[in-house]
Amino acid sequence: MKKITEEKLPELYSHISQNHDLFVPIDQDDSVNFSLWKDGANVNFDVLKTNTSPKKYIFPQCETFFNFKSEGKKLTIERIKSEEKPYVVFGVRPCDAKSFRLLDNVFLSEPMDRLYEEKRNRGIIVSMGCNEPEDTCFCNSFSILPNSIQEGVDVFTLKLGNKIFWEAISENGVELTNKLSDLLDDVTEGDLKEIEIAKSQVNEKVKELPFSNIDPNEINRDLNELFQSKIWDEISKSCIGCGSCTFVCPTCHCYDIQDYDGNKSGERYRCWDSCMYSEFTLMAHGNPRTTQKERFRQRFMHKLVYYPNNFDEYACVGCGRCVGKCPVNMNITKVIRKLGGENQ
Amino acid sequence: MSCGCNDHIDPLIPQIAVVKSIRSDTNDVSTFRVEKPEGGKCFDFKPGQCAMVSVPPIGEAIFSITSSPTETEFMEFSIKRCGKVTEFLHNLEVDTEIGVRGPYGNNFPVNEELIGKDLLFIAGGIGLAPLRSVINYVMDNRKDYGKVDIVYGARTSGDLVHRNEIFANWPAGMNTNVHLTVDREEEGWEGNVGFVPNYVKDLKFDTNKVALVCGPPIMIKYVLLGLEELGFKKDQVYTTLELKMKCGIGKCGRCNIGDKYVCKDGPVFRCDEIQQLPDEY
Repeated sequence: MKKITEEKLPELYSHISQNHDLFVPIDQDDSVNFSLWKDGANVNFDVLKTNTSPKKYIFPQCETFFNFKSEGKKLTIERIKSEEKPYVVFGVRPCDAKSFRLLDNVFLSEPMDRLYEEKRNRGIIVSMGCNEPEDTCFCNSFSILPNSIQEGVDVFTLKLGNKIFWEAISENGVELTNKLSDLLDDVTEGDLKEIEIAKSQVNEKVKELPFSNIDPNEINRDLNELFQSKIWDEISKSCIGCGSCTFVCPTCHCYDIQDYDGNKSGERYRCWDSCMYSEFTLMAHGNPRTTQKERFRQRFMHKLVYYPNNFDEYACVGCGRCVGKCPVNMNITKVIRKLGGENQ
Repeated sequence: MSCGCNDHIDPLIPQIAVVKSIRSDTNDVSTFRVEKPEGGKCFDFKPGQCAMVSVPPIGEAIFSITSSPTETEFMEFSIKRCGKVTEFLHNLEVDTEIGVRGPYGNNFPVNEELIGKDLLFIAGGIGLAPLRSVINYVMDNRKDYGKVDIVYGARTSGDLVHRNEIFANWPAGMNTNVHLTVDREEEGWEGNVGFVPNYVKDLKFDTNKVALVCGPPIMIKYVLLGLEELGFKKDQVYTTLELKMKCGIGKCGRCNIGDKYVCKDGPVFRCDEIQQLPDEY
């Protein structure tokens, strides 16, 4: 394990930036969001929940994947060349790091999504543990500890006071760490003790959080019984179908494919879509989900039942972004409770 | 190079194909014959599988492949005009290039459960499109299957598709019967009059066979009830489901019924499997 002081971080950013696009949480007007680091950027590691999740680096909100041109009867298709420059996302919280793995289950299963795969392979994930979980955090309900090193991260960091501890986890992480060796110092016995104390403190803190008794494992996962449950009528009533929860969610992966028409030539792109929208499932002969209740049920059944049936894990990481963003104060914690997912 | 991608491995990138002929079947259904620019069919598939047909800049839609896999030179799609992509396709000129990607989904188990069995095909309207692929596959491997019955109906006789096959080729096949019906009486129509589900019941098929059903959802629903009345068990009946699809590979998240994705785990389902699904299709 290595460490660096906060004052020296700009030097570290600058060093990483020489060969990588570096994305870090940056203060922007009213929110903190992952953005490309540039000299003088206002990096903010104090706010845990960036406005949107860093999934946008592996699954962009909008991406063009081929250009097309039609001339007379001839059609040509040209795949967009993928970006080759490697990137580093620094400050990925354990919940978001876990969401990358959950997205991997979807996109990297056969037939593999090449757009996703090439972005995933190009990135180095520098995760950062949390010391002060917020009231809307419930990662613990999904067996994610705030200071845990999630599978797939390349480097794990922890910020204590003005010290940032740095631990290479993967081969890529070791390689990056070696390149930064001039900037990183060795840790002392005292440092290790400090880390141990911080870890055990945060594990106690999560037990005191407002959502700490939420436990999806308590839900009886009988698909058809839950599907037909009366609770959906009641809890979906307030949902206005704005889709905010789906856009800030680190595990939502629904997308749309559209063509941009530039008069005989154009682009095919995909962009995030939301199962909360009425047109999502609309087809020529009708719509299987005509009411907001059905769309609301789909989203939560997917996270809590359908996805777990397919991949043996819940499609929620308890980041709590949806809790803060929902304009009518409805969210997955309330749904889980209604479905019986609560420890007494 | 005919294809936009380097090595065909990106499942979202279509390959270029040419519409070699467009045959008008009815007022709103045409059958499109599609080949690679250099000739030959775009890819191998199994009966019941689907393909995404792309017409940039209008978009892309998924269709069942209506030709049989035994056809080596081309693929065919029977497409009803009912939206933007289909409208555009219906107005295409022959020899226009389009994009095709696939095949997607599972297939009717022609080389597994159906081998050696008597087969009962039941189709309504454009629902004949996916079944035609199976029927022609069976015709081309006739000795591998038992007796074949085909029940096919449409609103009017003018709405029946694949007329060569339903009136000539299939009835001439070995040990094969074609039973046609239209919804209402019409002059000159000598076949049955009535809805497909009732006709199936009237024909009193023995239950020692496998049924393959395809058509509008309401028809499927009543045919399945009818088959049950005749004594068919749910695991003797196959049908196809259809939902909105974009990616075709189980990732874009819009064609699920419960934990199954119709594009990947379907479109072909055995009725005892359908029974396990939540009622949302």
